[in-house]
Amino acid sequence: MTKKITLSKLNGLLKDMEVEALEGVTIEGDIELEMDAIGGLNPQLAYMLGQETAQIAGHLINISQLLGYPVDQLLSKPVNDDKQRMIKPMELNRSTFQVNKMEEWTNEIQEVTLGASSSDGGTRKSIITVGGENALPYYFDSPMPHRNHITMDVFDMPIGMAKAVKSNYEDVMDSPAEWAKKNVNEFGADMVTIHLISTDPNIKDTSAKEAAETVADVLQAVDVPIVIGGSGNPEKDPEVLEKAAEIAQGERVLLASASLNLDYERIANAAKEYGHVVLSWTQLEINAQKELNRKLMKQCNVDREDIIMDPTTAALGYGLDYAYTNMERIRLAGLVGDDELNFPMSSGTTNAWGARESWMIDSPLKEDSDWGPREYRGPIWEIITGLTLALGGNDLFMMMHPASVAVLKEITKSLHGSLARDTVDISNWVTTKV
Amino acid sequence: MKINSPLEVYQYLPQTNCQECGELTCMAFASHLIDRSIKLEDCKPILEDAYKEKYQDLSELMAPEIAEVIIGVGEHAVTVGGDDVLYRHQLTFFNPPAFAVDVWDTMSQSDLIERVTFIKDYKKFYVGRFLTLDMIAIRSVSGDPDTFKHAVTLVMEHTELPLVLCSLDPAVLQAGLEVAAEKKPLLYAATKDNWQDVYDLVVEYNVPVVLFAPDELDTLKSLAITFIENGCKDLILDPGTNPQGRNLRESFENFIMIRRAGIKEGQKEIAFPLMAVPMTAYMTNDDPVSASYWETVLCGVFTVRYGDIMILHSIEPYALLPEMHIKDTVYTDPRTPVKVDSRVYKVGSPDKDSPVFVTTNFALTFYTVESDLASNEINCHLLAVDTDGLGVEAAVAGGQLTGKNIADDFKKSNFDFSDKTSHNIVIIPGLAARLQGDLEDTSGLNVMVGPPDSGRIPGWMEKNWDGK
Ligand code: SF4
Repeated sequence: MTKKITLSKLNGLLKDMEVEALEGVTIEGDIELEMDAIGGLNPQLAYMLGQETAQIAGHLINISQLLGYPVDQLLSKPVNDDKQRMIKPMELNRSTFQVNKMEEWTNEIQEVTLGASSSDGGTRKSIITVGGENALPYYFDSPMPHRNHITMDVFDMPIGMAKAVKSNYEDVMDSPAEWAKKNVNEFGADMVTIHLISTDPNIKDTSAKEAAETVADVLQAVDVPIVIGGSGNPEKDPEVLEKAAEIAQGERVLLASASLNLDYERIANAAKEYGHVVLSWTQLEINAQKELNRKLMKQCNVDREDIIMDPTTAALGYGLDYAYTNMERIRLAGLVGDDELNFPMSSGTTNAWGARESWMIDSPLKEDSDWGPREYRGPIWEIITGLTLALGGNDLFMMMHPASVAVLKEITKSLHGSLARDTVDISNWVTTKV
Repeated sequence: MKINSPLEVYQYLPQTNCQECGELTCMAFASHLIDRSIKLEDCKPILEDAYKEKYQDLSELMAPEIAEVIIGVGEHAVTVGGDDVLYRHQLTFFNPPAFAVDVWDTMSQSDLIERVTFIKDYKKFYVGRFLTLDMIAIRSVSGDPDTFKHAVTLVMEHTELPLVLCSLDPAVLQAGLEVAAEKKPLLYAATKDNWQDVYDLVVEYNVPVVLFAPDELDTLKSLAITFIENGCKDLILDPGTNPQGRNLRESFENFIMIRRAGIKEGQKEIAFPLMAVPMTAYMTNDDPVSASYWETVLCGVFTVRYGDIMILHSIEPYALLPEMHIKDTVYTDPRTPVKVDSRVYKVGSPDKDSPVFVTTNFALTFYTVESDLASNEINCHLLAVDTDGLGVEAAVAGGQLTGKNIADDFKKSNFDFSDKTSHNIVIIPGLAARLQGDLEDTSGLNVMVGPPDSGRIPGWMEKNWDGK
């Protein structure tokens, strides 16, 4: 489309729009211009003037620039100012929020049951099932069939422990059976773990047979499922766990643990023979975990429903970043289809007590601000360590301090959605009086 | 980020391999852009006019999925948001959540000053640096604009930390802005009831703002869209932090849904940093220890799952310490090596009579030992043995810390005991006690066994070290 317009007319037009581009420029004689499509139209200008006038103005600018007049600079300033363009919104732009579920999570985590009742050849009154998830913990994609469970530690001899922990157990330290009872009856443990640490040749070298009797005592004392732990001595543990497995025949205990640095086949065989579950323990290495699980299944013929993993727990501030990410990667790998990693997980959350923040009376560093009373610091260290791993996919927690157990239960049950509590009106939290 | 291969990035770069950015080639620079270890602006040539378009296009393609919002000015300003992934192992998380500890306008002047001073000074040493708190949230409890303004003024007199101005009454917020606007505080909050007035404040004072719609994601999104369409980009979203029971689970789900929408589904209008308010723990727990514990727990939950700013109340060290550590845990870059160079380090100014300690090159172990020694003014030499980044206990068990390794690493550092010491003694960690004989045999040194925790070295020194 071609239009004809005179330069003086254009000038007047722009003046009306308060564009004072050609003011002070004297035009001698009128020039007739041909208007057609213009290249390089300034979009800001177009926005401000409207398309048709902008076309005209574009030509005008070209001309005035020929005349040596800096029109562009004059124009660009007010147009760039954001505030001028804002018109106060009068109404909310109504919209709805929507997000999809994770389609990639197609592979279920193996369900594993711990403890056997009399109808299944055991003597346990409570049975616990872990696993069965189709999503990360507490996600909306798929309901989490079983809540997290907590097994509390019992040792077969008095051991050194943080003061805040010890004060809870001083009366039962000499009797694993009493200790186990206290864990269940007073502290609400879902399970107990009997650690046979005195069997270590460097500690007491208690015989496997004697250790098995301790296991029998604990099984007598409580009717919850139990975990049986060795001393961590790779030479002695297979023998100790074999004897323990034998005496606990039919109870579906968790044998802790099979690992790559000991004769895992003996542990696996003991579990198979006496009807238990194997804890597959590796040290913060997803590929090692895959390898051990594979060996347990393929080489030792352990059934899928008899494997739980412990990918290792490091304390808050002391490698929890690795432990957490390792678990989360394992869980995600399992959910998207890795059948060597889709097992429930267990955490030695008690390791949190190795962090100096949990037990030292104060910071050894003069530059640090006050660390506050350690009797409060320790339990929360254990809680946050456990909570982080719960979010990463851990199912079962081995823990020590009763307060930590209570709080971790409360938060994991809340996130699980199985805890009814009053609704709090948070809309005006700002004015809370504390 | 809308782009994920260095090759794609390369198309936009000047491709001159001029090395001004410090990289050998543009391709190398491109791969650093992809892992976000370098900024596009470090390539000076691309800022020139000739590349203007490519620069703009690339900036847009490289923008993180979750918007970055800056609160405050100057060296204390905090940046929040900026994440590109849902799980830290997929890259790393950027910009750790900012912890804002509260004060309120009905506090006495002296209490307020004391609290602000405590917050700004609180610190804990960790792996070569200090963990600290980031911001102050000032709550209007009085509801009175002048009282609020007075509190804001007082806080600003005592700290440079960025502020969150908290009130749902626009008049109160305005009073705060009148004295604090140039420090670019964060406004809390625009809601479905007050948003028009708060919008005016945001535009007038040019500050970032929180949009608050508890339990209502539709409303939250509507607010966000309305603000974006009207020129506001510095937004933070608060879907509500219910402190307990099933409502807490809902809040947790909301955080996950919003973040998934932003990162996985590219829903730009909701891809903003999220605020969690663990302080709501105080609305249900009367006992201060329970409340403080529960607040710490909520802070943990939302630090792991996508909170970018936290409003906290407790200043008990047993709450602050685990909170600062969980933040560090989740936001530590999983890609960076956690080893220090294996060599002999000087702590203080050691002479020939000073002790010689051994530890491993795992950064956490090394810095812990080094800071314990330095802080207690123990002049000494400290060898970081190359254990491939394992701690003492694991390295002894795994065979990376042996008598031979220790002797070898002293040699590699050219540390000759007969020259550097008068005593020919080396002190090994208590957790490596079993290496004593081995090391004596391989090195010919006198080997002493130190305490199992380096925090106990000062006490150990008193008993066992007289300089000979
Ligand atoms: S500065 Fe830019 S142009 Fe030069 S080498 Fe680096 S990326 Fe390439």
